[in-house]
Amino acid sequence: MTAVLTVAMPKGRIFEEAADMLREAGYPLPPEFEDNRKLIVEAPEAGMRFILAKPMDVPVYVEQGVADVGIAGKDVMIEEERDVYEVLDLKISTCYLAVAGLPGGIKDKVAPKVATKYPEAASKYFREQGEQVEVIKLNGSIELAPLIGLADRIVDIVSSGRTLKENGLVEYEKIMDITSRLIVNPASYRLYSDTIHTLVERLRKVTDSKEAAR
Amino acid sequence: MPKPFVFEKPAGMRDKLPLFFQASEQIKQQLLNKISVWGYQMVQTPTLEYFDTVGEASAISDQQLFKLLDMEGSTLVLRPDMTAPIARVVSSSMKQVAYPLRLSYSAPVFRAQQREGGRPAEFEQVGVELIGDGTLSAEAEVLALMSDVLKETGIQRFTITIGHIGFVQELFIEILGNAERAEELRRFLFEKNYVGYANFVKNMPLSSIDSARLLKLLECRGGEDALLKAMELAGTEKAKKAVSDLMQLKKILGDYGAEETVNFDFTLLSHMSYYTGIVFEGYAAGIGSPIAGGGRYDDLLSRFERSAPAIGFAVRLDYVMEAIGQMPDTSSRTCILYSGERREEALRIAAEKRSSGTPAVTQDITGVENVDTFTNRFTDVIYLIGKTQGEETK
Repeated sequence: MTAVLTVAMPKGRIFEEAADMLREAGYPLPPEFEDNRKLIVEAPEAGMRFILAKPMDVPVYVEQGVADVGIAGKDVMIEEERDVYEVLDLKISTCYLAVAGLPGGIKDKVAPKVATKYPEAASKYFREQGEQVEVIKLNGSIELAPLIGLADRIVDIVSSGRTLKENGLVEYEKIMDITSRLIVNPASYRLYSDTIHTLVERLRKVTDSKEAAR
Repeated sequence: MPKPFVFEKPAGMRDKLPLFFQASEQIKQQLLNKISVWGYQMVQTPTLEYFDTVGEASAISDQQLFKLLDMEGSTLVLRPDMTAPIARVVSSSMKQVAYPLRLSYSAPVFRAQQREGGRPAEFEQVGVELIGDGTLSAEAEVLALMSDVLKETGIQRFTITIGHIGFVQELFIEILGNAERAEELRRFLFEKNYVGYANFVKNMPLSSIDSARLLKLLECRGGEDALLKAMELAGTEKAKKAVSDLMQLKKILGDYGAEETVNFDFTLLSHMSYYTGIVFEGYAAGIGSPIAGGGRYDDLLSRFERSAPAIGFAVRLDYVMEAIGQMPDTSSRTCILYSGERREEALRIAAEKRSSGTPAVTQDITGVENVDTFTNRFTDVIYLIGKTQGEETK
């Protein structure tokens, strides 16, 4: 059975790479897809309907079943811990989660503070390290925190390292590699199994051929 | 901690308002009727159980249990599922009743929710347990009944996916050699993280054949072909038997006329850790979580000292209602609005209607502030007002 799949796409960083990838996998997306301000985009030729969401919200839409599949960064998956299938590593938007701070190391050893957009991931990491820290959640411009003395370290994603450098920060430790994943709602995964597995296999071919070319 | 508002409820608790309650009771009754014509007998167990017995056996994670202390200081739990309480009943009050036992229930269960308040912490389950029968026929019966029950809800499109925990466990132990590593790998499947599973397998010091076998497990899904693929992976007699059992099960389901609704997926692991053999979940279009689920649990009864193979399923009534959607209010309700002079007449008419089974409300008009908004709620209104004889109907 062929079903129209609802796909939750993250706006921003991952979006264009993900759209290119779907095209490479043979899904004809409308040309105006990228510069659209609409939140819902129909792509009947691809048998898909797209919803454009904040990256952090993609797993929510998928878990709740209003989107059948979605594309989400591993960083978001760790932070959100949603009940969805993580079926394929798309190997796009490669970056990593790292601890960074001012050069010269950690000054405040009494009550160390860590600022981050990823409180769950950060708490988990420091717990594993056996280190006691206070995690402060920020929603953006994390690099500001050590500069202004809010925290002496930050946990954030690093792709080129430029943002860190421009703000005079250095990386202390790498926590983990991050790539984007194809995620699937558990019920959709069973009900539209054929359509979804076709999508997975086609995308897998694209990632594999890219891997081979590298 | 702030004091709750007077109208607040604890996180995850819900009220059922009249219209929804009526619809939900009606569906529940339909499902129970279906279950009862299959010869399953209803039991009821207490809402509170000991943590040390049912709480421990239930396999719902500790932080999801609602706990309280009784007068003696023993820890009690609000029952988080019905399977463990029924296992307790079967091993105690029903100890003398010979196996196999076919029991059913309809009851709210309680699971505390850590994440936002969206998910209900109390929800109703309708289900069955078939205890003391280890045959494939018993498995097929329970699956066919679940399929029948889901059909009964009127849900247009649903599917039942069957997995086999015993097979997965056997395969992992055979290839990985020890239970800890098998547990680690199982965790990825349980978390539905195929990417993590594949990476873990690739990083293990395994022969290329074994690592390919583990990766192939992810492809064992679908109909007959899933079973054939799984058979190729099976290395031990036990694993082979698990697959050939499933083939036989598929055949029996065919005899029930229920094979259309089922498929197989060997990566399906349920969160209920007491399952030992087949596990299954039912899904409906538009509902993100399984609307029903169950499996074989051959070790649970031995915790209650009446060891026996057993199998059961539970349907989540709240998700079923969600899948059905809004129900129209079809019930007819009559209101007899009267003034004091004609009370006797009003009560007589109401009594007649009630004795014929029609719901009738009698309302003294002086007790109503706004007659129009009040009478709008009824399909039929009879006015018996003033001294004049004869009635007026709206």
